[in-house]
Amino acid sequence: MKYLKNIFFGLLVVMNSLVIAQQTPADAQSESILILGATAHIGNGQVIENSAIGFDKGKITFVGTKSQANTDNFSKTIDASGKHIYPGFIAGNTTMGLVEVDAIRATDDDDEIGEMIPHVRSIIAYNAESKVVESMRPNGVLMAQVAPRGGRISGTSSIVQFDAWNWEDAAIKTDDGIHMNWPNSFSRGRWWLGEDPRLVPSKNYKDQVEEVVSFVKEAKAYLNGSQSPRNLPYEAVKGLFDGTQRLYVHVDGEKEIIDAVNFTKENGIKHLVIIGGDEAHKVADVLAENKVSVMITRPHRLPNKEDDNVKHPFNLAKLLLDKGVLVGIEMNGRMNRQESRNLPFFAGSFAAYGIGKEQAVQLITENAAKILGIDNIVGTLAQGKDATLFLSEGDALDMRTNIVSHAFIQGREVSLETHQTKLWKRYAKKFSKK
Amino acid sequence: MKKLLLAFVMLCGICSMHAQEYFPKNDGVKTTNNNYTALTNAKIFVTPTQIINNGTLLIQNGKVVASGKTVTIPKNSVVIDLKGKHVYPSFIDIYTSFGVEKPKRAPGGGRSTQYDASREGFYWNDHIMPENKAIEKFKYDSKKAKALIASGFGVVNAHIEDGIVRGTSVLVALNSQGDNSQRILDQNTAQHLSASRSIASNQSYPTSIMGTTALLRQLYHDAKWYEAGNSQTKDLSIEALLANKSLPQIFDAGGYQNDLRFDKVGDEFNINYIIKGGGDEFARIEEIKNTRARFIIPLDFPLAYDVTDPYHASKVSLADMRMWNQAPSNPATLAKNGVVFALTTSELNKISDFKSNLMRAIEYGLNETTALAALTTVPANFLGKENEIGSLKKGAYANFLITSGDIFDSNTTLYENWVQGQKNVINDMSVKDIRGNYDLTINSKKYALKIKGKVTKPSVEITSGEAKIGSKLTYTNGWVNLFYNPSGGKNEYVRLTAAVTANDNLNGKGTLTNGNTINWTAVKTKAFKEKAGKKDKKDSPKLSPVTFPNKAYGFKELPKQQTILFKNATVWTNEAEGVMKNADVLVKNGKITQVGTNLSARGATVIDATGKHLTSGIIDEHSHIAAASVNEAGQNSSAEVTMEDVVDPDDMNLYRNLSGGVTAMQILHGSANPIGGRSALIKLKWGEGSEGMIIDNSPKFIKFALGENVKQSNWQSFNRFPQSRMGVEQVFMDYFQRAKEYDIAWKEYNALPAKTKARTKAPRYDSELNTIAEILNKERFISSHSYVQSEINMLMKVAEKFDFKVNTFTHILEGYKVADKMAAHGAGGSTFSDWWAYKNEVNDAIPYNAAIMHNAGVLVAINSDDREMSRRLNQEAAKTIKYGGVSEEDAWKFVTLNPAKLLHLDDRMGSIKVGKDADLVLWSDHPMSIYAIAEKTIIDGAIYYDYQEMQKMQEDIRKEKNELINMMIQAKNKGVKTRLPEKKADKELHCNSL
Repeated sequence: MKYLKNIFFGLLVVMNSLVIAQQTPADAQSESILILGATAHIGNGQVIENSAIGFDKGKITFVGTKSQANTDNFSKTIDASGKHIYPGFIAGNTTMGLVEVDAIRATDDDDEIGEMIPHVRSIIAYNAESKVVESMRPNGVLMAQVAPRGGRISGTSSIVQFDAWNWEDAAIKTDDGIHMNWPNSFSRGRWWLGEDPRLVPSKNYKDQVEEVVSFVKEAKAYLNGSQSPRNLPYEAVKGLFDGTQRLYVHVDGEKEIIDAVNFTKENGIKHLVIIGGDEAHKVADVLAENKVSVMITRPHRLPNKEDDNVKHPFNLAKLLLDKGVLVGIEMNGRMNRQESRNLPFFAGSFAAYGIGKEQAVQLITENAAKILGIDNIVGTLAQGKDATLFLSEGDALDMRTNIVSHAFIQGREVSLETHQTKLWKRYAKKFSKK
Repeated sequence: MKKLLLAFVMLCGICSMHAQEYFPKNDGVKTTNNNYTALTNAKIFVTPTQIINNGTLLIQNGKVVASGKTVTIPKNSVVIDLKGKHVYPSFIDIYTSFGVEKPKRAPGGGRSTQYDASREGFYWNDHIMPENKAIEKFKYDSKKAKALIASGFGVVNAHIEDGIVRGTSVLVALNSQGDNSQRILDQNTAQHLSASRSIASNQSYPTSIMGTTALLRQLYHDAKWYEAGNSQTKDLSIEALLANKSLPQIFDAGGYQNDLRFDKVGDEFNINYIIKGGGDEFARIEEIKNTRARFIIPLDFPLAYDVTDPYHASKVSLADMRMWNQAPSNPATLAKNGVVFALTTSELNKISDFKSNLMRAIEYGLNETTALAALTTVPANFLGKENEIGSLKKGAYANFLITSGDIFDSNTTLYENWVQGQKNVINDMSVKDIRGNYDLTINSKKYALKIKGKVTKPSVEITSGEAKIGSKLTYTNGWVNLFYNPSGGKNEYVRLTAAVTANDNLNGKGTLTNGNTINWTAVKTKAFKEKAGKKDKKDSPKLSPVTFPNKAYGFKELPKQQTILFKNATVWTNEAEGVMKNADVLVKNGKITQVGTNLSARGATVIDATGKHLTSGIIDEHSHIAAASVNEAGQNSSAEVTMEDVVDPDDMNLYRNLSGGVTAMQILHGSANPIGGRSALIKLKWGEGSEGMIIDNSPKFIKFALGENVKQSNWQSFNRFPQSRMGVEQVFMDYFQRAKEYDIAWKEYNALPAKTKARTKAPRYDSELNTIAEILNKERFISSHSYVQSEINMLMKVAEKFDFKVNTFTHILEGYKVADKMAAHGAGGSTFSDWWAYKNEVNDAIPYNAAIMHNAGVLVAINSDDREMSRRLNQEAAKTIKYGGVSEEDAWKFVTLNPAKLLHLDDRMGSIKVGKDADLVLWSDHPMSIYAIAEKTIIDGAIYYDYQEMQKMQEDIRKEKNELINMMIQAKNKGVKTRLPEKKADKELHCNSL
């Protein structure tokens, strides 16, 4: 009976915690704020020591040194001497807010059925109140691209910030681009149908690429015509041809990357972004020449091939940056949502393997914003941009010193409490009483 | 050899066998033939080493009467002159399923797992079938026999290729003219076993290789117990096993790891398995040699990859390329190391590939005498039949081959294969050799005619002056047909035909292009001279060197212990000295011998560690890398299995983990069952075999598991107990209670006076309960997979009822909720730094868990359960500084000293202290900095990983692959068959992997 009781109690706690409300979104910025004395990491590679960063009505109004700033122009000053200030970090290609708990199917909204479904939009399923979302902020991760998964053309992504009542509030840029999983030239047979279970050159690769080409050509023809009756999938890719939307191609292999680049060129698609790019370094010249940017997979992954350099995932940023490719970080893979809060440390890992620390910051700020097409709004500490930024006790790329004391999203000072900090405090208190 | 099948003719009645003499006969008169057949003037290989030049082989009634230089030929002999020809014993294949139908796959069992056996009166596990007898399913397969005979085989041993214990085999002579009364040489030759379960039963246990080893061990224990008369019930399987005990035991292991694995199981019960290997034994030849086992080796060498597409080629691993390059050297390597082996056609796609693959093995250095022995005397000896088969000694079956010469020469023709005195013609040796140069005159025009190639299938070349003329020749049944096109251009032919006679010249009739008939003659001017066989002139192929392990980043030589002096490092001692700045550490004979300042040591390799940090190696309390299997999911308790049986020393993740400073780990069983399997504690000695990695005198551990995985919440399975956390408790209560009773029974039995003991029935040895009793006796420690607080509390209460402590809760994501209880109980917590939200039971997982537990007095470690994360446990430890403000030194202990303590290894590892093992990591930076790189990883004083070396090895890998790719392209250009490039499939193993 005692055990049953324990289980019952355990269940109660679990249920109880499920209904605990998420952090309440902050009020709009009501007074101008000047943050003084911090080391400012602008996001474009530059650093301002002893800086002054001011913002009002949600926008950055001043970026300079402490000595240049006029405190009289601001209602409130925050002394941040010894601290570091960063533009809010941006996670690329996440399923943030689309799934709450991996193993619970009922909470899973990241993958719709269908092979070519660009009209399916992630933004409307984004759960602004997800407990996973709020857990990003204490680490300085304040924005993410929310992208659907599955199929050949998975759907349309949007970019959100992490302090919102609902998805409309959250959106920074709606329908920023289309996500496509490029066919793989290697495939595994379905062993249960008696096919070769090994990973061997795919017989279907050419056909699968052809399907993609044909879809795009048909869409283009449709868009040139009367567009009647309406065709939702074709309509959804309109932005690819007029340059208002990115095409995010999820692809890793050298050959497939080249095929994807040629495909976009031949079909008049204006902005190609490679997502993944495990072998992008082998074709970096082509990517640089065609101004194709790459969001490389977070480095906390194993090399794809047994013989690869043991450190390949860590070396990739340097290999591409050295060739002049614009590089960001994407979150594909296991537990991408929960792991997004480690984004600063992914960037830091790249710094351990050959790139500068400010370059590392750039990967998840300015570069991410440029790649996603939101660099006019966020990505650097610059006048006129959103006051989406945070203060850390030390180097935010290192877990020992990534201690966030303040975070602002569009000028609103957001809570750094989470479901997890509440539990921490509750139990730390319980034991400290003894 | 391939084409020989076409020429295969069976001739009956030359010295026909008799039907059984006591059988009635109604279709004629009874005849008896006691004539002899004498084969004279041949080079006779009585055995591979006993060779008679110009000898005589005398046979009668299917057996050898005499073989020797001077044999008296009785008058009633048929004499066959074999001048210039060789006679060998026919080959033996002791590993086949010849004539024995394979069982059909059991129909799918649907959603519900079948836990119980399908049979009654037999062993509790369907995969154990010692009672099976191949003879009962045997049906002579003439078609297959034809192919085997054409490849030189005279006797095969066949068994039912299904199950773990497969029963006995039947030894069959390939006497297609006779019947089973003559062919069956022995209906109980050997008992067969394998590493694979039966396809005919869906009984779930065992699902893993470690379940298989455990099952075999339990079976042998049970057999001993049964034999002593302790069982109250009948077990037909065990009775058959006991009846087969004295037979040769042939084990299909199928690869070097299983070879070693099952050899060890056999050794534990004094059974010397004859092991059928997998062709990769060369990669770990020392260990294979040390088994002292006898082997059966297949000749199925991997095909070259088609690497003509550079992109495809780039996906093929060095290991796979090497396998193509090195596998043909396997027999040679075994032979050079004195391993005794027989060869088998098993695993070959076509039996006709046998000879070409054998020739390749010889080309790669296999000695011919050894090759011949591996096909004759060795297999005969394995079966204890050396007097009957495999040689041409007096009394042996008259099973022999007649060849045109050295059997291992590619030009040699196999003429006849006699089995039990019955002749099988493969190539007609009466065919006259018409090869040579001729002057051919047609209508007074002179041509030069050259007949060359094989005796039985010659080719032709006709020249007129300098010009080559299109021509074709066929030679069958003593007639030559020759066509040629004299003008070259138009489709018109001169057609010639002639019967071959004793005369060396060819005479016959012909038809000219205009249709006129003529007589023609070709006058032989020069006889054909056989070129020396291929093998004499071929350079032996270039082999990639074998490394340890035999793949990328393998070592050519294993790292050796060195005397190393680290100078001027920041040393994280994990001891009272704390973090020492500008300190020196001396390593000698694998141990830390001095820690201090201004140290010096003669002959030491001095490493300048200025600006760098030196720490003890990272220890991962929870890993599933380097494991051939993770879960034995066939039962809800699997305490009988041990991960030590399945350590895979070739897993690339070992090297990748070294690159992150990991030196030791616990390889845990998965979390499929409330009671899992025993652990393997290893050091990451990349290059060593599994035995070399397992830590000496390892403390004993076992995995337990709670929650969603064991109640199978996240997949469709509804028929296994437990389905709820309530049931999980009862599984434990049940097993601990039974183990306690079991333990008492044994203790009482062992305490009996010798005389009483002899009269008393012994309790049955139960590997599972025995293991659980070790927990009760505090000899084995639990590491329990756990998530929510209720179940954590429950397991501690169960343990307290049985008076022991739960050593470690692993994962323990809600440990922070019961940290006070854990501290009071004395359980440690080994947790993730920040994982959550992947299952319902981790909703309340918080990254502050480690800090709260630590502050409450729980011994805390940070583990990985993940082959990727384990490479950066230093960063995971650092997260506890961020989440909860753990001090740097304490945080570092979470991945070094504390896991050492949890694993009871802290007397040897976990800190930089004089006398402890020299398991060290040199870091480029503060070890918990995101910018730190592990530059050197040292285990027992030997350098197993070096960041700079790794980069250099990249270059070596690139070069070697390039060379192998060129060799494969060359092979393809020569016309060898290739296969599609393949990318190695990565296996990712977690707690819930099967």
